[in-house]
Amino acid sequence: MHFDKPTYTVRKAKKKGIPKGLYTKDPATGDIVFNKELVDNQMVMPKSGYHFPIGARERIAALVDPESFVESDAGLKSADPLNFTDSQPYKQRLKRYEKDSGLPEAVICGTGKIHGIDVALAVMDFRFCGGTLGSATGEKITRAIELAVAKKIPCIIFSTSGGARMQEGILSLMQMAKTSAALGRLAAARLPYISVLTNPTTGGVSASYATLGDVIIAEPGALIGFAGPRVIKETTKQTLPAGFQSAEFLLQRGLVDLIVSRLEQRDRLRDLLTALYLKKKPAPPAATP
Amino acid sequence: MEKPTYILEFEKPLRELARKLEELRQQALETNVDLAGQIAAMEKDIEAAQREIYSNLTPWQKVQIARHPKRPYALDYIGLIFEGFEELHGDRQFSDDRALIGGTAFFNGQAVVVIAQQKGRDTKEKIARNFGMPQPEGYRKALRLARMAEKFGLPLLTFIDTPGAYPGIGSEERHVSEAIAVNLREMAMLRTPSISVIIGEGGSGGALGIGVTDRVLIFENSYYSVISPEGCAAILWKDAAAASKAAEALQLNADTLARLGVVDEVISEPFGGAHNDPKQAAEALRYALQKHLNDLRGLDGERLLETRYDRFRRLGIYTEAGAIRS
Repeated sequence: MHFDKPTYTVRKAKKKGIPKGLYTKDPATGDIVFNKELVDNQMVMPKSGYHFPIGARERIAALVDPESFVESDAGLKSADPLNFTDSQPYKQRLKRYEKDSGLPEAVICGTGKIHGIDVALAVMDFRFCGGTLGSATGEKITRAIELAVAKKIPCIIFSTSGGARMQEGILSLMQMAKTSAALGRLAAARLPYISVLTNPTTGGVSASYATLGDVIIAEPGALIGFAGPRVIKETTKQTLPAGFQSAEFLLQRGLVDLIVSRLEQRDRLRDLLTALYLKKKPAPPAATP
Repeated sequence: MEKPTYILEFEKPLRELARKLEELRQQALETNVDLAGQIAAMEKDIEAAQREIYSNLTPWQKVQIARHPKRPYALDYIGLIFEGFEELHGDRQFSDDRALIGGTAFFNGQAVVVIAQQKGRDTKEKIARNFGMPQPEGYRKALRLARMAEKFGLPLLTFIDTPGAYPGIGSEERHVSEAIAVNLREMAMLRTPSISVIIGEGGSGGALGIGVTDRVLIFENSYYSVISPEGCAAILWKDAAAASKAAEALQLNADTLARLGVVDEVISEPFGGAHNDPKQAAEALRYALQKHLNDLRGLDGERLLETRYDRFRRLGIYTEAGAIRS
């Protein structure tokens, strides 16, 4: 037995959002599950616990107290500051992402309550340009953090991202500095910041707000890292250890505080916020006869 | 000033002309025929060709100058404009990263802390310095030294010159993302004046990891980019050979960066690049650093934090309810 090598393997996520047909096959077990059942279970396979990607709005709906979410900066969107064109114009790409994802940007922000506790929320969505961090994304997240500072409430960011958005060049890189500086102010105000890493969280997002949480939570099986596995393989000409860059690997290597199933996050976040923010356990509910 | 070597691809016409000039000179020596007229004409041609090429550099050509094997590196500048540099090693946790160095020094008589990314000149040193690609330890050492600067009230000067943070197994295992992220947050909160200078390559998060400072300066031919032109070309054009196109699209050159407010000043380089006259480049750097240090001198810790926050806070261009904001 090799003690230096993790013995588990990473389950590969399919690069698709919400399945379109009637059924979905569990990539881990091969079980067939009704899509309706999967959606009702926050895109987590009931038996195996395999986590499919979930949309930002769906995640928020399952996370916060009913009717408590107030979206902020919904009208803030990406411009095309560099007039960027590769195989197609960035402007066209943006239109397509907006149409395909039904979202104005790669992040949805606002305030809401988790079991009655007020929080500022930023929830990324991989379907919009691979959850990349551009000017609008960075501005929205910065405002969400500043809102937490202004309202003296905790901040929670759910990340999923391929990294900084290339089509906005250096301005995307600067969003890393901007969001991290805002988190410096949140920290100075002694307000909790909980970062939840979901599959995948890489590049510039991992090298800024995603890894700055007072508590860093990861979803099971999530790929988390600075460079992607392909780049590392090409650069180092080495084979990557099994499970490399998985949430479980990073728990063992000391980056991640907790791995929490999406189904338990609402309750676990309450527990953490109760300790770090309310600092006092609420009275236990009346005993049932 | 050293004789220019013209090793870059786009310098090929100059290389050809220089070779012809050399032949003429040789011929004049060997045959004893007076070729002074022809030689002078050839020298004029070279000058004209130089002007033509170096005055119209494309973004990709500038990237090549930024990576020129003879370009002055951090330790060259440190040797030229600092006195008494004491290199301080290690992150006190794991190791000493030789791609990211730092220490105390005197700049125009003033004690400062310097942090810098350092590339190697020959093969052996290149390997020792990991081609200027720092690992987590480098960023953690940088933060240790930055905090020391704050503790003793010394200005912090950083020199950026990296293709990027190292994408290796160990680098990931020891969380290079987190090391960079912590630097971004902590450098934003540092209560001492700070200036960074992009002296060569400003490669993405690896560069930014020592770049959250009150002022950001850049040499004329340096670049600063979210991704290398090759990396961008491989992903968006599916062709690493499209690097030239990517360099153009990314707008990673000094003048554009100044226009976007990402850098505060562009430092002029000697004609054809800093490698043609490192002393002159170093003097230009000394002048710029002193000027910005003077500007920052009057600000107390609180004021520094506010202006630094605002400096990065306003970066970004987006639309809000139809209107373009930045």
